[in-house]
Amino acid sequence: MLELKNIRFDVQEGTKEIEIIRDVSFTIPDNKFVVITGPNGGGKSTLARLIAGIEKPSGGTILLDGEDITEKSITDRARMGISYAMQQPVRFKGIQVLDLLRLAVGKRVSVADACQYLSKVGLCAKDYIKREVNASLSGGELKRIEIATVLARGTKLSVFDEPEAGIDLWSFQNLIQVFEQMRDSIKDSSILIISHQERILEIADEIIVVADGKIDRMGPREEILPSLIGTTSAVGTCAPLGGKPVPVPSIPAEAAAKKGGEA
Amino acid sequence: MEFKKMDEIQKRILMEVADLHSVPEGAFNIRSDGQLAGRASSANIEIVSKEDGSGIDIHIKDGTKNESVHIPVIMSKSGLHDVVYNDFYVGENCDVIIVAGCGISNCGGMDSEHDGIHRFYVGKNSKVRYVEKHYGEGDGTGKRILNPVTEVYMEEGSTVEMEMVQIKGVDSTDRSTIAKVAANASLVVKERLMTHGEQYAASAYTVDLDGDGSSADIVSRSVARDKSYQKLDLRINGNAACSGHTECDSIIMDEGRILAVPQLEANCTDSALIHEAAIGKIAGDQLIKLMTLGLTEKEAEEQIVNGFLK
Repeated sequence: MLELKNIRFDVQEGTKEIEIIRDVSFTIPDNKFVVITGPNGGGKSTLARLIAGIEKPSGGTILLDGEDITEKSITDRARMGISYAMQQPVRFKGIQVLDLLRLAVGKRVSVADACQYLSKVGLCAKDYIKREVNASLSGGELKRIEIATVLARGTKLSVFDEPEAGIDLWSFQNLIQVFEQMRDSIKDSSILIISHQERILEIADEIIVVADGKIDRMGPREEILPSLIGTTSAVGTCAPLGGKPVPVPSIPAEAAAKKGGEA
Repeated sequence: MEFKKMDEIQKRILMEVADLHSVPEGAFNIRSDGQLAGRASSANIEIVSKEDGSGIDIHIKDGTKNESVHIPVIMSKSGLHDVVYNDFYVGENCDVIIVAGCGISNCGGMDSEHDGIHRFYVGKNSKVRYVEKHYGEGDGTGKRILNPVTEVYMEEGSTVEMEMVQIKGVDSTDRSTIAKVAANASLVVKERLMTHGEQYAASAYTVDLDGDGSSADIVSRSVARDKSYQKLDLRINGNAACSGHTECDSIIMDEGRILAVPQLEANCTDSALIHEAAIGKIAGDQLIKLMTLGLTEKEAEEQIVNGFLK
């Protein structure tokens, strides 16, 4: 279980202090699939980075299974059971997909075992296992490999920052199935995904809407999702493949006003 | 030789060196502390000492395929200054692997130096793969110095692939490589260099693309750690309708310094020459990614460098 209590995050811009996150509190219970959504620039990615330990909050506490991890490093948190998939995965010259998966698992797993994680994210394992994680991979391929590293870790909390960002519709269509499978086999872990995608929101247990650095509203999917349909917080992707018209994402006036300054 | 307290990088290098030594067939010449320690010629590859004793000549017959030559040099005494000339005469239509390399273990107080001068005369349509690895170890105050000179003369239609690796333990190195490439011949060089402590490494290439259809691809990846200094000087002269590419890709860490000097000289309007050079520290996001997998910052750095130099 992850708890954020009164989390604040300020950044210095010139002489001005800007509040990116303002007094955010929420809990990710065990066995839950939670989605954070909301307009761009609202502070969602910052929350993910605060949870992974990449950023340190200006105030408040973060608890993992009751233990205060606010001051813990990225490495400590990773070892305590937090995994984090980046919005823009990193490329490495010379490091192979197999190397990365082995680092994720934490031991020299067999090639066959490592391949299983790639198959789970819909990549033909034998084509990819020896590939370098470099610029020769497309954004969609890289994204799946990033997700595979999180699956390979199998920790109690997995955080995914906008898995749909930077990939094409076809790739995302397949990725949704990966998350549906994760949802079905959640066991004693919990999953936190930052996403605007309706299909992801549809499988959430709980939805948290973050806007302007604050929690706008949160609750069970049934309560929150209807109010989000048709806004930028819940974009439909599946229409082109299902033969239905593509809903045009409309930015509500209030969200548009808050746009800019992606955190 | 015992290699103690190896980190990931050294283990990998040792594995590669061991792999090379495990190749049982073919011609070889082992030089240890300035003396001949073993030699074998094969039906197609003959190794003979130069008459003046300054080194060896390796003659590879026309049409020799899938054979290898190993000429490792080991120096384990302090205070040695070894200069050796090795000339390779590769006939026409050959396909061979040549493995050279030098390991210096210097635990004494005097400098040990090995200067290997390798000349390759590659016949028409022959294919040569050349692998050269340099390694130094030892706790002594004496320096481990390697100043290799490589000259490559390529005839029409020949292909030479060179892999030059110097990862650890060499205090000072001044490498010079020149190549002359005839029509439709192709030269590919992959250099991997890492310096640490207060080491100094200079590596200079001058490649003349003399014939129409000739090409060269020189790629150097290097890492400068601690207070080490590197100078990388990659020059291609396009003297015909040719294509040439050089790439210098470097990571600097700690107080390491690197000077990259890419040079292109086009002496023919049909020559197409490109150079790329980039120097920078390890990207913060790369470290963060590996730390989110549970590695410490130091472990993450080691993995990134290890991969980069692979």
